[in-house]
Amino acid sequence: MNEQRASLPGTIAAWVVAFLMVFPILWMAITAFKTESEAIAIPPLLLFRPVLSSFAAALAQSGYLHFALNSIIVSLGSTVLAILIAFPAAYAMAFQPGRHTQDLLVWMLSTKMLPPVGVLVPIYLIFRDTGLLDTVEGLVIVDTLMNLPIVVWMLFSFFRDIPRDILEAAHMDGVGPRKQMMHLLLPLASPGIASAALLAIILSWNEAFWSINLTAAHAGTLAAYIARYSAPEGLFWAKLSAASVLAVAPILLFGCLAQRRLVRGLTVGAVK
Amino acid sequence: MMDATTLSGEAIAAGSLAPARRRLSWLMLSPAVGLLAVWAFVPLAMTLVYSFRRYNLLYPERNGFVGIRNYEYLLSDPSFWTAILNTLVLVLGVLAVTIVLGTVFSLLLNQNFPGRAAARLMVIAPFFVLPPVAALIWKNLLFDPLNGFIAWLLHLAGLPAIAWFTHVPMLALMVIVAWEWTPFATLILLTALQSLDPEQLEAARMDGAGPTNRVIYIVLPHLARPAAITIMMESIFLLSIFAEILTTTAGGPGEATTTLTYLIYIRALLNFDIGGASAAGVLAIVLANIVAFFLMRAVARNLEA
Amino acid sequence: MAKLELRKVGKFYGGFEAVKSVDLTVEDREFVVFVGPSGCGKTTLLRMIAGLEDISSGELFIDGARANAVPPDKRGLAMVFQSYALYPHMTVAGNMGFALKMAGAPKAEIAEKVQEAARVLQLEPLLNRRPRMLSGGQRQRVAIGRAIVRSPKGFLFDEPLSNLDAALRVQMRTELVKLHQALAATMIYVTHDQVEAMTMADRIVVLEGGRVAQVGTPLELYHRPANLFVAGFIGSPKMNFLSARAVAIGPRETTLELAPDRVLAFPSPAPALAIAPGAAVTLGVRPEHLRFVESGPLRGVVDVVEHLGVETLVYVKESSGGTVIVRTDDLSRVRQGETVSLALHPDRGSLFDTAGDALFHLSPT
Ligand SMILES: Nc1ncnc2c1ncn2[C@@H]1O[C@H](COP(=O)(O)OP(=O)(O)O)[C@@H](O)[C@H]1O
Ligand SMILES: [Mg+2]
Repeated sequence: MNEQRASLPGTIAAWVVAFLMVFPILWMAITAFKTESEAIAIPPLLLFRPVLSSFAAALAQSGYLHFALNSIIVSLGSTVLAILIAFPAAYAMAFQPGRHTQDLLVWMLSTKMLPPVGVLVPIYLIFRDTGLLDTVEGLVIVDTLMNLPIVVWMLFSFFRDIPRDILEAAHMDGVGPRKQMMHLLLPLASPGIASAALLAIILSWNEAFWSINLTAAHAGTLAAYIARYSAPEGLFWAKLSAASVLAVAPILLFGCLAQRRLVRGLTVGAVK
Repeated sequence: MMDATTLSGEAIAAGSLAPARRRLSWLMLSPAVGLLAVWAFVPLAMTLVYSFRRYNLLYPERNGFVGIRNYEYLLSDPSFWTAILNTLVLVLGVLAVTIVLGTVFSLLLNQNFPGRAAARLMVIAPFFVLPPVAALIWKNLLFDPLNGFIAWLLHLAGLPAIAWFTHVPMLALMVIVAWEWTPFATLILLTALQSLDPEQLEAARMDGAGPTNRVIYIVLPHLARPAAITIMMESIFLLSIFAEILTTTAGGPGEATTTLTYLIYIRALLNFDIGGASAAGVLAIVLANIVAFFLMRAVARNLEA
Repeated sequence: MAKLELRKVGKFYGGFEAVKSVDLTVEDREFVVFVGPSGCGKTTLLRMIAGLEDISSGELFIDGARANAVPPDKRGLAMVFQSYALYPHMTVAGNMGFALKMAGAPKAEIAEKVQEAARVLQLEPLLNRRPRMLSGGQRQRVAIGRAIVRSPKGFLFDEPLSNLDAALRVQMRTELVKLHQALAATMIYVTHDQVEAMTMADRIVVLEGGRVAQVGTPLELYHRPANLFVAGFIGSPKMNFLSARAVAIGPRETTLELAPDRVLAFPSPAPALAIAPGAAVTLGVRPEHLRFVESGPLRGVVDVVEHLGVETLVYVKESSGGTVIVRTDDLSRVRQGETVSLALHPDRGSLFDTAGDALFHLSPT
């Protein structure tokens, strides 16, 4: 049905809201292009000559690139692992459902409901005793397990939406399971796989609890790095902003790209 | 996958496809199920066991079964009750704000206005900001009582500056967390609004319901269930808020912003009191499970539909 | 009680003209059906009458008063939507009473009117249920009940039966007709199904590409279609169209040539046909107006025979190339592959010019 155009007050209200919500991000981005003295100027400067020196300073900071690399490795690594483990499980649940498939799925999702702090102590001790503390591998394991239920869920719901008839028709045409998977399932499910991967990357990149508590100088991610930025460097707003922009930008981009599909993943299907 | 054909070939000869299918199915499920089972049960069991033991990493030799002593100690500790209270204030406060704002925002963004795709992205963006970044940007660039943007706005309005994290630390924390989570509520409620059958609104229009009545009688009831789901999901995440506290107040001043999560962190990783932290952890799990129970029931119901 | 008048009503969606200058008067208590293929503008026209869609050009009068700018709830019209659009969180009673509640009617009055409508529609035992717990047919009734409760001057239906199974559809069809008689209200009913239109309507409005192709009673449309579109749209199986050439147009007799050796002659109509001898025309003949004969003006080979029980449809591949459908009750005679000859009913059929407009009809009415 054709939608009625919004009234002028409605339009203005929507834009005001949008602007207010994005303002802190915008202000951070603006500050990142200032010099330190411009950054703390009162009244705040809107007109200034943008400089890249803060970015240079942030990048030159000991370890910034190291932590950024850790973030990339951990989020990509855990995502690839989660999808590899989740794919066959989701396939089995969607195409060969048994009596307990649904219970199994609900149970898997319910593991997400465990507050991490409840198991902080044992995980910390296990990591300490197995030498996983402050290692990238350790964090990859945690993030994989953390995101596994959501990835299973998202893949399952995408597989379930693939019409069975297509696969049955292929079966009747003598297309074997392997070819079915290569030529039918993968192409049909690839948007689903992509959005599951995107969500897993976002969640892993922004995961702060475990990375702060299980890592230090060696395997820390950007979340842990910036969390420790508070003390002396916190006074250097331009550099803080520049480092933050670098840490936030890729995920912000991913998030905006994937926002449509994220709702189902984020709410594990409770909202369709 | 490769031997699925041969398997089913044999099975056809045997008269049934089912057993081979089932075997393969379990093979495909087992890595995910096994890993999650370990991840879900082992640490949980360990937390439970530790919570009944005296165990401090600083004095590892003094360790043994103490029954419910850790719980007794915890429940008689005023810090624990402060943390519970702080957790409730933070979770309930943020929930209230995000649901109200999320509803209003989603109604605004669901309108047909120029540039609405861009406006939607702008509202949703804060959700994708790394939590420590969100906390630090607010703490410094916006909340700083001397050079912060808000201090300047207050100055323009002729009001005195506020030392947010000294005088109203919980409020400041709630503002940050609400800013991070309002997009989540908005996104879900907006999705729900888009699934509202436009003919229902038109029927209501024919029935004489004006814009306000349409919102009250048609739109809000339609949002009730998604809002309940949002509340449940958010509660679980809000219960675990950590990085924002660590980077802004470190639980202070005093214990003003020490939540249950933060208390456990202090007990476990700063005081190395494994027993006490585990007892608190068990209570946190119980708290989360009460919410999770209702949430998972809703998920299961939707799976059937 | 409502009389509706549409004067040159049109609708533009951007540059696209969905409804083109429709003139129509719907009399008080009349049951008018808008029919036409999907996308011809039926819904758009109905929604403009309802007030859910702005009228781009032209005027709408309800009981003589211009209604273009009257909001939907003030037009005194009730609408039944294709999806029913029941409010899922309200009970059946809540759904039916919503309009009265919005109008601020006292609770007792709402309850009474809901009860009354529920009685008419046999919904009484369901009043406390939610729409989710109702069958398709029951939902349909609730949607109608919701309209009735408002005691509107007129009812608007947009394909209200299209979500029901075939048996229920036939049943609801007669119920709606009875309801129309009982309520004595004006009704406009939109459907793409010409059978629904034929069985229910006092008058049918056939729409084609946003334009009115013809307005008339069901039998008028059937026997005297104004153009090829209406002729082809109304009636199933479709009317047969045969290309022909006017050979002689005399004062007594008109002669058509179907093929070089086959001519057809019939008495000339009162005002002589306004075509020149030699002009191309199309002869429209309904399947039931063809008979198998020993030797007739049409010849062909039987392609398919469909036995439907009460009747038999025979598809004949005609010698000039086209297929002609014959409706007959004769079960025994024709077989597939057989060569047959066909005769036309002496006083049935329509003649159309090259533009598709009807030249004249041989018909009883
Ligand atoms: N909101 C709209 N915007 C643009 N075109 C529309 C809109 N609604 C309907 N149309 C077009 O107008 C024509 C008539 O539509 P409609 O009245 O729904 O047809 P019907 O109900 O007869 O199937 C169609 O071609 C359709 O695509
Ligand atoms: Mg329509």
